Amino acid sequence: MSENKLTGAEIVIKALKDQGVDVIFGYPGGAVLPIYDALFKQNDLRHILVRHEQAAVHAAEGYARSTGKVGAVLVTSGPGATNAVTGLTDALMDSIPIVCLTGQVPTHLIGNDAFQEADTTGITRPCTKHNYLVKDVNNLARTMHEGFYVARSGRPGPVVIDIPKDVQFAEGTYVPPGEVKHKTYRPQVKPDLSLVEQAVELIANAKRPIFYTGGGVINSGPMASKLLTQFVRMTGYPCTNTLMGLGAYPASDRQFLGMLGMHGTYEANLAMHGCDVMINIGARFDDRVTGKLSAFSPDSKKIHVDIDPSSINKNVRVDIPIVGDCAHVLEDMIRIWKARQKRPDQVALKQWWAQIEEWRGRDCLRYVKTDPIIKPQYALERLRELTRKHDTYITTEVGQHQMWAAQFIPFEEPNRWMTSGGLGTMGYGLPAAIGTQIAHPDSLVVDISGEASFMMNMQEMATAVQYNLPVKILILNNQYMGMVRQWQELLHGSRYSQSYSEALPDFVKLAEAFGGVGLRATKVSEVDDVLNQMIDIRRPVIVDMCVDQKENCFPMIPGGRAHNEILLGPADQMGEETRAGEATPEEGMVLV
Amino acid sequence: METTIEKHTISVLVDNEPGVLARVIGLFSGRGYNIESLTVAEVDAEQKVSRITIVTSGTRMIIEQIKNQLDRLVPVHRVRDLTDEGPHIERELALIKVAGTGDRRIESLRIADIFKARVVDATLSSFVFEMTGSAAELDDFIGLMRQLGLVDVSRTGVAAISKGAASL
Ligand SMILES: Cc1cc2nc3c(=O)[nH]c(=O)nc-3n(C[C@H](O)[C@H](O)[C@H](O)COP(=O)(O)OP(=O)(O)OC[C@H]3O[C@@H](n4cnc5c(N)ncnc54)[C@H](O)[C@@H]3O)c2cc1C
Ligand SMILES: Cc1ncc(C[n+]2csc(CCOP(=O)(O)OP(=O)(O)O)c2C)c(N)n1
Ligand SMILES: [Mg+2]
Repeated sequence: MSENKLTGAEIVIKALKDQGVDVIFGYPGGAVLPIYDALFKQNDLRHILVRHEQAAVHAAEGYARSTGKVGAVLVTSGPGATNAVTGLTDALMDSIPIVCLTGQVPTHLIGNDAFQEADTTGITRPCTKHNYLVKDVNNLARTMHEGFYVARSGRPGPVVIDIPKDVQFAEGTYVPPGEVKHKTYRPQVKPDLSLVEQAVELIANAKRPIFYTGGGVINSGPMASKLLTQFVRMTGYPCTNTLMGLGAYPASDRQFLGMLGMHGTYEANLAMHGCDVMINIGARFDDRVTGKLSAFSPDSKKIHVDIDPSSINKNVRVDIPIVGDCAHVLEDMIRIWKARQKRPDQVALKQWWAQIEEWRGRDCLRYVKTDPIIKPQYALERLRELTRKHDTYITTEVGQHQMWAAQFIPFEEPNRWMTSGGLGTMGYGLPAAIGTQIAHPDSLVVDISGEASFMMNMQEMATAVQYNLPVKILILNNQYMGMVRQWQELLHGSRYSQSYSEALPDFVKLAEAFGGVGLRATKVSEVDDVLNQMIDIRRPVIVDMCVDQKENCFPMIPGGRAHNEILLGPADQMGEETRAGEATPEEGMVLV
Repeated sequence: METTIEKHTISVLVDNEPGVLARVIGLFSGRGYNIESLTVAEVDAEQKVSRITIVTSGTRMIIEQIKNQLDRLVPVHRVRDLTDEGPHIERELALIKVAGTGDRRIESLRIADIFKARVVDATLSSFVFEMTGSAAELDDFIGLMRQLGLVDVSRTGVAAISKGAASL
């Protein structure tokens, strides 16, 4: 080999290392063999062999969300790349920084329907933040560095770099990552100060304010959460988080109203509905949050802080749009607030809090405890108590269990909660737990799961066993696709079309078959013991927590309804079917 | 909710790299935006920059979204809304083939003269006219030709540029 020249495969490895990557999640195949060979010849970069490429991306997402770093993925061409598509879409929807390297057939065969050829850049164009096809080995290093820059900066997201096999073999020059000054892509992080000043005035003069904060605060980094907490406390105003924002503000704080939205708390949703000033920091007015748009917070002035101008005025018109990074904006807000010695109207604020406390008094997450039947909420309450002293990370699958997890598990800091919000991908939780555990080997990582979701990526148990990852899979087993069943009960006359799992594996035996540990609880008296065992065992564990099959998740704002049309729990459930079904406007029925 | 539909002409400067047009078109189809006309060509060979002109329509909120979404694409340098930014020129070129003999043929020639369309090909039984103008002028001319033996039309779509000294 000539001096200073590296093969494409070696350039890939070197660029990954120079970008600070220490773990890559992947699955080999013909079109990436040169890269696997280069991996074999070194020891710094650790490769985690998953059992399905979708899981590689979710694992990288868990790794990324729990560390704030970029997650790295390596898959082969054709089926490897297409299998990764769900993960990429998931990362795009939830703004997770991922770099996914895909192998491609050699350049001279592209377009010939060659073996395992797929138009990877074509297929992934709409599900990535950006993608590249590298046809010249001398562009490879630069493209890798640019890919990492694009993935992590601005609004983070997934990037695909498609590398033909001949480019992996070819020799070329490596360039180290330089000061990145991208030709066209330069996201705005510093806000327009005059807008921030206007916002501070509006905030200070509010009578019924609320902070509505989201995943953008987590994306921005831990500093943003600190600043958010500081600012919210300085004002004395209430704060609610989206599903993606949980942990951005400490859950135990009195000023925290819990999650808002479709399955959010009564107090958060009514405060959003009744506020006069809404301060949106890093949230995107998702339909799960706004409900019926024409009735969304009708009397409020709205401030929206977002790094992506396309998130602003997309669903909801706002009065003060601020483009910038949350941490920067919050810093400016705090500085201006202090300099101008702002003090909110204490009388109005006291009244507002009195109203909120009245709403809070409804105790909207209350459920009817039963014995011996385990309520899913009870299982999670016990998990919350028993993990209190642990250094815990929670991932979830998608469904009722996910919403109960959001409602019942409190997060005091960011990066502790990994869930699929925007795409709602069943099968996300286990691989995400694996990625999280890789990043935090000594922590307790629990995937709060449903039996149906678990089966979408359960092959990853083998990955957990191979790498001795003590991930805990807590299946709230109701034998139903519970979230689907709930909608069918409330909106489709209890016709449970295909939402019952007639055949399920014995999850305890399944765990053992994989080489893990299986535990089961079927009655309330067993719950604590099983959870304690789960926590203590330093191996992959599946818990089959057999819970009430018909429990529904409340509060709930059915599709097409406004925040103040929220349905409450058991006490309020009488005639629920008629209330939710018949009264749901037709435009609501078509919503998902 | 605002419902008034506005028509806007948007200029986009992009890096002329593979797939860039697919990104722009995919954005419009994927998000359900309208494309009334789209033209693209390299305008700076050295810098490899192309200019895309898009005529689109939507509510004010949608138009703002379209611009923000375009601006978000990594290879996009600049997005400018010519309709919003003041006076600008819009031109389109069309090649129009008309077949016929006798009076209709003479009539087509006379109308072409009025519209300042040039004859760029002629046989004993056909003309090809070249015409440049606003999209509406082209529509008018083509409408008349339809009655006089129109057989084929090829239009470029709208190219647009702002008036005055300022650059994009
Ligand atoms: C079954 C199910 C039920 C759900 N129910 C609910 C529910 O009840 N309530 C709920 O809230 N969600 C719910 N969701 C999730 C919902 O679909 C959305 O994913 C979620 O509401 C979006 O959260 P977000 O607004 O915080 O935005 P995210 O998707 O986290 O987006 C972050 C926003 O912040 C911006 N941003 C990124 N980085 C920065 C930065 N550095 N500085 C500033 N801005 C930045 C981005 O541009 C983006 O606009 C549910 C999901 C599922 C699957
Ligand atoms: C990949 C995928 N397919 C289908 C759905 C639709 N869906 C949403 S929740 C759900 C049921 C989940 O069942 P389970 O994992 O048992 O959780 P539960 O709701 O019972 O807690 C389904 C099918 C989805 N979100 N993701
Ligand atoms: Mg279930």
